[in-house]
Amino acid sequence: MSALDIAAAVRSGERSAVDVIDEHLARIDAGDGEIHAFNLVTADAAREAAAAVDAAVAAGEDPGPLAGVPIAIKDNMCTTGVATTCSSKILEGWEPPYDATAIQRVRASGAVMVGKTNLDEFAMGSSTENSAFGPTLNPLDTSRVPGGSSGGSAAAVAADFAPLSLGSDTGGSIRQPAAFCGLVGMKPTYGAVSRYGLIAFGSSLDQIGPFSKTVAESAALLEVIGGHDPLDSTSIDQPAFDLSSVLDRGVEGMRIGILRELSGGEGSVEGLSADVLARTNDAAAALEAAGATVVDVSVPSSTLGLSAYYLVAPAEASSNLSRFDGVRYGLRVDAPTTGEMMTATRTAGFGPEVKRRIMLGTYALSAGYYDAFYGKALKVRTMMLDEFASVYADVDLLLTPTAPTTAFPLGDRTADPMTMYVNDVCTIPSNLVGHPAISVPFGVGDDGLPVGVQLLGPALSEPTIYQAAAALEAAAPGEGSPS
Amino acid sequence: MSVHEPSLPDEWELVVGLEVHVELHTATKLFCGCPNVFSHEPNTNVCPTCVGLPGSLPVMNEKAVEFAMRLGRALGCDVHPSVMARKNYFYPDMAKDFQTTQYDQPTNADGELALADSTVVGIERAHIEEDAGKTTHVGGGGRINDATYSLVDYNRAGVPLVEIVSRPDIRTVEHAKAYVSELREILLAIDVSDAKMEEGSMRVDANVSVRPMGSDELRTRCELKNINSVRSLGRAIEYEARRHVDLYANGEAPRQETRHWDEEGGRSTAGRSKEDADDYRYFQEPDLVPLAPTPEQIAEIDASMPVLPAARRARLGELSSVADEVLVTVVERGQDALALGAIEAGADADKVLTRIQNDLAVDDWSAVTSESLATLIQMETDGELTATQAKQVLGEMAAGEHGGDPKAIAAGHGFEAMESDELETLVDQLIADNPDEWSRFVGDDDGDRKKMQGFFTGQIMKATKGQADGRAVAQLLAQKSAG
Repeated sequence: MSALDIAAAVRSGERSAVDVIDEHLARIDAGDGEIHAFNLVTADAAREAAAAVDAAVAAGEDPGPLAGVPIAIKDNMCTTGVATTCSSKILEGWEPPYDATAIQRVRASGAVMVGKTNLDEFAMGSSTENSAFGPTLNPLDTSRVPGGSSGGSAAAVAADFAPLSLGSDTGGSIRQPAAFCGLVGMKPTYGAVSRYGLIAFGSSLDQIGPFSKTVAESAALLEVIGGHDPLDSTSIDQPAFDLSSVLDRGVEGMRIGILRELSGGEGSVEGLSADVLARTNDAAAALEAAGATVVDVSVPSSTLGLSAYYLVAPAEASSNLSRFDGVRYGLRVDAPTTGEMMTATRTAGFGPEVKRRIMLGTYALSAGYYDAFYGKALKVRTMMLDEFASVYADVDLLLTPTAPTTAFPLGDRTADPMTMYVNDVCTIPSNLVGHPAISVPFGVGDDGLPVGVQLLGPALSEPTIYQAAAALEAAAPGEGSPS
Repeated sequence: MSVHEPSLPDEWELVVGLEVHVELHTATKLFCGCPNVFSHEPNTNVCPTCVGLPGSLPVMNEKAVEFAMRLGRALGCDVHPSVMARKNYFYPDMAKDFQTTQYDQPTNADGELALADSTVVGIERAHIEEDAGKTTHVGGGGRINDATYSLVDYNRAGVPLVEIVSRPDIRTVEHAKAYVSELREILLAIDVSDAKMEEGSMRVDANVSVRPMGSDELRTRCELKNINSVRSLGRAIEYEARRHVDLYANGEAPRQETRHWDEEGGRSTAGRSKEDADDYRYFQEPDLVPLAPTPEQIAEIDASMPVLPAARRARLGELSSVADEVLVTVVERGQDALALGAIEAGADADKVLTRIQNDLAVDDWSAVTSESLATLIQMETDGELTATQAKQVLGEMAAGEHGGDPKAIAAGHGFEAMESDELETLVDQLIADNPDEWSRFVGDDDGDRKKMQGFFTGQIMKATKGQADGRAVAQLLAQKSAG
């Protein structure tokens, strides 16, 4: 049952929210021992929230657009009184005294949080194998990773533990796991969804966004969480999106560019597998068949995205993660002096990938290296913004694969960080320029696992993106069947 | 032990630059809604943002920016578009383990401050930053490295500060003290800070070096911290300059370092060496947007700027010939408008200012008006009141007696009754009653003459209960002896 069907049934009093929640909790209970989508299942709180929804319905009050819909929350968003760990030992047991703005809005919509989902520690990774609490498995093939860093949120929806979930996307952490799990995953325009209460990784890149099985459910959740928030200075001062009303408008007359450098064309990045490129071409053909004009376009600097990203994101992370020092909350490893206590705490509390990125970022910001590394990465961002702007003067949206491959086997990429990092080559540019992008399932690869294709648009082009995503969804090959 | 000597040997010149931190007295903190008030109960004025909880975000306090710009304009600075930056270092009172401050793009730059004697000190910058919390180290030597434990109070964390950095233009201890006093007057005049050094709302660090007289080099400087009063500032600078001269005299040189001023011991002790100082890894704060004041905003600040102390002193200076100190005192007490009014009403400017400086050092002088003051000074000028009487009348005017009317007060004491012919009769009587004393007065012995002048004046004052004008008595005595 989709989120929209559940909401309709609960709102009309046809189904009780408690009943819906119990059904999903039972499914989690039966299945999550193997999948490990959740760090924490909040069963009691969920039943209480569901009962409140039922009471509102019984009292004739508006229970909200997503009344009774179970939702899984990535464990890097603050939830009042509920442990929020970032899948790190350093925050184990910490209970925030406040809700993230997105969580407040989810609660106000009547949706019911069923638990906090696993992630790569502090959202650093592309497979959810960097979690301090063990990996999440891909429900479509448990020998495979679900992608990352929002792997738990993706797996929760793919395993039918909840029809909706929230992830965060700093370099592809929603879109790549969506692609790996056969889901719709959206990274909104930077500033479209408040970051207040999202535990920062790369502050200038992070955005919260929805996972769902369908484009319509994704639109409904983004409508709920979007809109201006005075608590986030980078929040864009505009009302929440209206997306649901544009989904059936089609792509007739739309101009869509195939971004050559990220789609195997001339000057393309390497490592994009043939089956993924084939599905991307299929998607282009489907859009054309639906009335869009498809053209070949170039954003040369998009090939520099990966290098720029691995300077900007670790640099910001090195500063953002300084506060985990054992003084105020979370883990503290005692030592004779304050300085030694901080060192011991951070040594014990952070995993190897987090330490690697803190070191990378510290180096990139150091006196004498700033200009060569961080400063240069900022120039790349400016260059990319200019190049994307001129491309969007000609086309409405861009099309690329979401990830270079389908879901890879557990343990396949853990030995060499670089093989993991290249997973984000197609998704990173949108984060660097702050533009929205969505991953939509489009057929399967040679291994029978889903392939995701990505639609990119300029800032605040969410309505256009959802319009085209709905068209792609309608044209996609049947679920699970090879094209 | 001779802790310091009053001045440097002639062949050495003092070079001082001051860094002054000023707490802005906004209603709330710089980045959150917590009240910006002192509280004895630790960690009561705190929230997720000022304690740096994971997921929290800063929102700029617009009033603090306005205050900072007002200060900048008062110091003749250019107000620039500016950005906040992160200064990264680990310390338990830094909630985020970085300080949000300004680095290469401060709000205010290139101003100057004119001292009372017209010496001009350049202002390099006046930038906005947040205050840290307060650490108390318990046990050991009371320092962070050997304490048994440390307590942190975050009430002060996030209090808005402006750091005013002077150029190394200060050449004497007196000028350093005058700079701080003048800055304090400006802060009070534009109403942006309480500027109390003893309470820490104004904190002064001094960069001190010396150089051979006539040279324009800048030698190695030491930064003196923990200076808690203007007097202490003078002592610290004198001590430090002496220390440098002594080092050079011994063929040694000071190290660039931060030194701790020990007020009780009257000496500075070595702190952190700048050579092994932290690399702060400054970068633009991604959680805040750039500050872009409009020309209209700056024009509005300029238009609402009160007349500053220097201009107020200059105005009084044009009208009078009293010493600078008199002007400083009158303006400091905010009595310059009162004085100006009295002068405009026709009273003698020097008499007005001297009378105010000497006899109106009271907290509440609101009952004294320019008109009543002018009347009083006129009465004194016309000989209706003696200097002593005028002092007494002014005191009673300030206390609001007889509605603050000097005529009424004087009449109440019978002060105005002493006519000059009455005085002459009294003098004649005294001469007749004391022939021996009179002959000594008119004799050749200067010592005797002075003594007897004292005798006669004293007798007259006694007889008139102090109402006689001392100068008139002297004149009469001189006339009689000549006649």
